[in-house]
Amino acid sequence: MYGLGECIFSDHGANRLGASALMQGLADGYFVIPYTVGAFLSTQISVPAISTDHPEFEKCEKSVQSKIDKLMGVGGTKSVDHFHKQLGKIMWEYCGMSRNGEGLKKAIGMIREVKKEFWQDVRIPGEKNEFNPELEKAWRVIDLIELGELMCYDALDREESCGGHFREEYKTEEGEARRRDPEYTYVAAWEYTGDGNDPSLHKEKLEFNNIELKTRSYK
Amino acid sequence: MKLNLKIWRQKNSSSPGKMVDYKVDGIDKDMSFLEMIDVLNQQLIDGGEEPVAFDHDCREGICGMCSMYINGQPHGPWEKTTTCQLHMRAFNEGDTVYIEPWRAKSFPIIKDLVVDRTAFDRIQQAGGYISVNTGNAVDANSIPIEKELADQAMDAATCIGCGACVAACKNSSAMLFVSAKVSHLALLPQGQPERKDRVLNMMNKMDEEGFGACSNTEACEAACPKGISVFNIARVNREFISSSAFVKKKDS
Repeated sequence: MYGLGECIFSDHGANRLGASALMQGLADGYFVIPYTVGAFLSTQISVPAISTDHPEFEKCEKSVQSKIDKLMGVGGTKSVDHFHKQLGKIMWEYCGMSRNGEGLKKAIGMIREVKKEFWQDVRIPGEKNEFNPELEKAWRVIDLIELGELMCYDALDREESCGGHFREEYKTEEGEARRRDPEYTYVAAWEYTGDGNDPSLHKEKLEFNNIELKTRSYK
Repeated sequence: MKLNLKIWRQKNSSSPGKMVDYKVDGIDKDMSFLEMIDVLNQQLIDGGEEPVAFDHDCREGICGMCSMYINGQPHGPWEKTTTCQLHMRAFNEGDTVYIEPWRAKSFPIIKDLVVDRTAFDRIQQAGGYISVNTGNAVDANSIPIEKELADQAMDAATCIGCGACVAACKNSSAMLFVSAKVSHLALLPQGQPERKDRVLNMMNKMDEEGFGACSNTEACEAACPKGISVFNIARVNREFISSSAFVKKKDS
């Protein structure tokens, strides 16, 4: 189901807003999913249990273990929620519905500071080999910090006002959103390339062969 | 609002637990009960202590995770309300609030207020399903169902599997849960092919998991956050007896 959600993102409006997203949920839920999930499961029933000896499994297990050790090893003074709230405030202030280049640059710097502080000063009580909700939460929050940074990069890179997001520098004289189709008719996927590195951009061009791109107007 | 809390702390299933006293301050009456525990946990982490482990997911009364006894009642003092939907306006300044996990042999404690409710999953797996052909969804109107039946099935289907019925029962019986799941499917045409096997398998699984017998005290209905009716228990007993007469008991 997660896979399907990620794969069918654009056939009814890549912005996933309002009625487009509802139509997508209805159409894909009714026509696509019953065939794909059923067809997938029908072949899985005869697949024997998958061995954990595969080198990829070992690699993954090791990386998870080392991240757990790293998280538990920080031994700082501030709770996971402390960092989560800081991140939330930065995203709310600088990467909300209405954003600008200056704010986004500031946000990227601030998020990097939060990340640095997280790895120096997070406190995760409890033990790593027992049920530990704070450890789970810490893992999620560090992912969110990285994701938040990527979102700011994407928002900074997209120098137009498109969909639900308004770049304050790009508006018409009447204050309406101004798209820049020649430059930005693509879907952007940003790859996190590790701490301190700039993320890399993967583009998928949006091609409209039978219809002409227009700006939606409610006037 | 200031509160005195008495909370069950237990490191894991193999170590003994005990009630521990805490004080919280700055609780707003509009906070949910779980948000109050969030405040306490922040305070505990800041003081270098371990936070209280509790289950939660949706925090909107649907997932059935927020299992706990509050002042001796599953999900606390409000009728037909899960813990996450209980708000602090249910309490007064200076109140002492007792918070404990579900107590039932079949729900072993994992940590503090978190219990293992996978026994419910295993009961569901024993029969809480229907067989359908894969492919396109069937048109909604192709199987006519009387309004009254559809309503009864829907009422049974509102069970969120939180386990309050087991926690409230002096016998730790899971009959309200099982009866809701069996009724939901037994009432509908889609549930007919497995109807007889379903009730036997689910009831047997329930016994196997160590849940107690039902003695019709009806505490379960009173504690149920979704108001599942004990009439479902009458139905599941009827289903069980009539199915036992037709289906030869399988060797397990």
